[in-house]
Amino acid sequence: MATPKPRVKVPAKATKGEVITIKTLISHDMESGQRKDKDGKPIPRKIINRFTCTFNGQPVFACDMAPAISANPYLEFTAKVMESGTFTFTWVDDDGSVYTADNTIAVQ
Amino acid sequence: MILTRRRALALSAGATTLAVLGFAPGRPQAATEAVDQALKAFTGGAAPVSGRIVLDAPEIAENGNTVPVSVSVESPMTADDHVAAVMFLAEGNPTPAVATFHFTPLSGTAVATTRIRLARTQNVIAIAKMSNGAVFMDTKQVKVTIGGCGG
Amino acid sequence: MRLRTIVPMAVGILAVGLAGAGLRADPVEDKLVIDGEVELVTRAKAPEGHPFDEVVSGWHYRTDETRALQQDSFANPAMLYVERGAEIWKTVQGAAGKSCASCHGDAAESMKGVGAHYPKWNAAAGKPVNLELQVDACRKNNMQAEPYKFDHADQKALVTYIKHQSLGAPVAVDLTQGAMQSWWDKGKDLYYTRTGQLNLSCASCHEQNNGKYIRADHLSQGNVNGFPTYRLKDADVVSLHGRLRGCVRDTRATTPKAFSDDLIALEVYVTWRGTGLAVETPAVRH
Repeated sequence: MATPKPRVKVPAKATKGEVITIKTLISHDMESGQRKDKDGKPIPRKIINRFTCTFNGQPVFACDMAPAISANPYLEFTAKVMESGTFTFTWVDDDGSVYTADNTIAVQ
Repeated sequence: MILTRRRALALSAGATTLAVLGFAPGRPQAATEAVDQALKAFTGGAAPVSGRIVLDAPEIAENGNTVPVSVSVESPMTADDHVAAVMFLAEGNPTPAVATFHFTPLSGTAVATTRIRLARTQNVIAIAKMSNGAVFMDTKQVKVTIGGCGG
Repeated sequence: MRLRTIVPMAVGILAVGLAGAGLRADPVEDKLVIDGEVELVTRAKAPEGHPFDEVVSGWHYRTDETRALQQDSFANPAMLYVERGAEIWKTVQGAAGKSCASCHGDAAESMKGVGAHYPKWNAAAGKPVNLELQVDACRKNNMQAEPYKFDHADQKALVTYIKHQSLGAPVAVDLTQGAMQSWWDKGKDLYYTRTGQLNLSCASCHEQNNGKYIRADHLSQGNVNGFPTYRLKDADVVSLHGRLRGCVRDTRATTPKAFSDDLIALEVYVTWRGTGLAVETPAVRH
């Protein structure tokens, strides 16, 4: 696939103090470094090694990933929301690239 | 509570779960050492006990490339008392590291899911580290099947 | 013991399963509902002339986890391809300066139900065309763009996106048009022809032994209503011709080319075998 593209699912609104479920997915081969190409040469490792989620700048959840994470990494976790604001998601690639997504939520 | 084989193993072993895992049949020495090292680095030497953490993984995975695993840890998730991190290890993979989840009080719960690669039938281990340094562990064996159609 | 007498004869492990270690399990009783909203028809009365009374989606043959993955349009990794396909749909390519959308507008309207009727007779080509060939014809004739290389990620993404617009529509191939019936006949011949060192036909697995286990695989009826489908083994979207080639290769036969007359005929026939099942694209299989 072309440039890794994130998908994020966050409810558009919630009540104060509610624990919401967040789902994230990003297109990425997660090349493990364990495979070989047609000529028998090892294919170098290239994975997303870290994911973070913050809410209005405060850390909510993070994940360090090893090559044992499946292609197109999927993460599902929860967040407790006390106010309206913005979730920021980042994925850090072995090559230094950073992919990001933002989602706002209205809290009543 | 349903008493699964995994839970029975964990309960009976209690604080000695680590030692029990070390004697699992057919487990290569190198893998044992790598798992033990990863555990030590994560726990700082604290002995893992069973309880509070539940690892959910299929008993049989149709394909080892994409195995859903979930973890759930009982915790009030307050600033003073929360789950700091959960580490997953796959002891039968070329390297046991899989992922480490980092939680905060803003996580609300210590419940999370991902999908992992398992090279063969093996034990998957989830270890939770609490904000006070206590460590809890759960283990589940996942049978990885070999399909009829080219594996 | 039955197994012991069989093993020495077995050419490969494949043959052990087929020769009848005999473990069998009914497809799982469950309802396929996407996101708790859209229920898809996964069992249908077989069309006249079909060897079974009822056609059953391969979804019923998969484990709880795999079935669940398809029911959540967010968790389904193939939806990444659908999103990519939506971008390609709008992207101008070729000398004519056109995108798919230039002619077809909003795919949600123009492509709704369309994929359920492919492969389809094409008078100009003088043969049935599948979605991939139709896309290539559009690219060549209307966009003045190069046809896709077989199984290029963009081809899979675009075809998955187009077919997804028919999610839930019943598979219905029109055999009355042109020479479709003769292509169906040819496809049927191929379906029952044993090939390869393992001497297997499509029917060996998916008709005579469906419901049994081949090693750890629960053999389905081999319906294709979910293609392109996400395959856990490949951790990727797999096209129908990619899968058919894989099946033939596994019988240890010479693998036919994608979009060859043989594979198009086979596509006509196997698609017809799933008549009445809902399009599930993108399905999730093991």
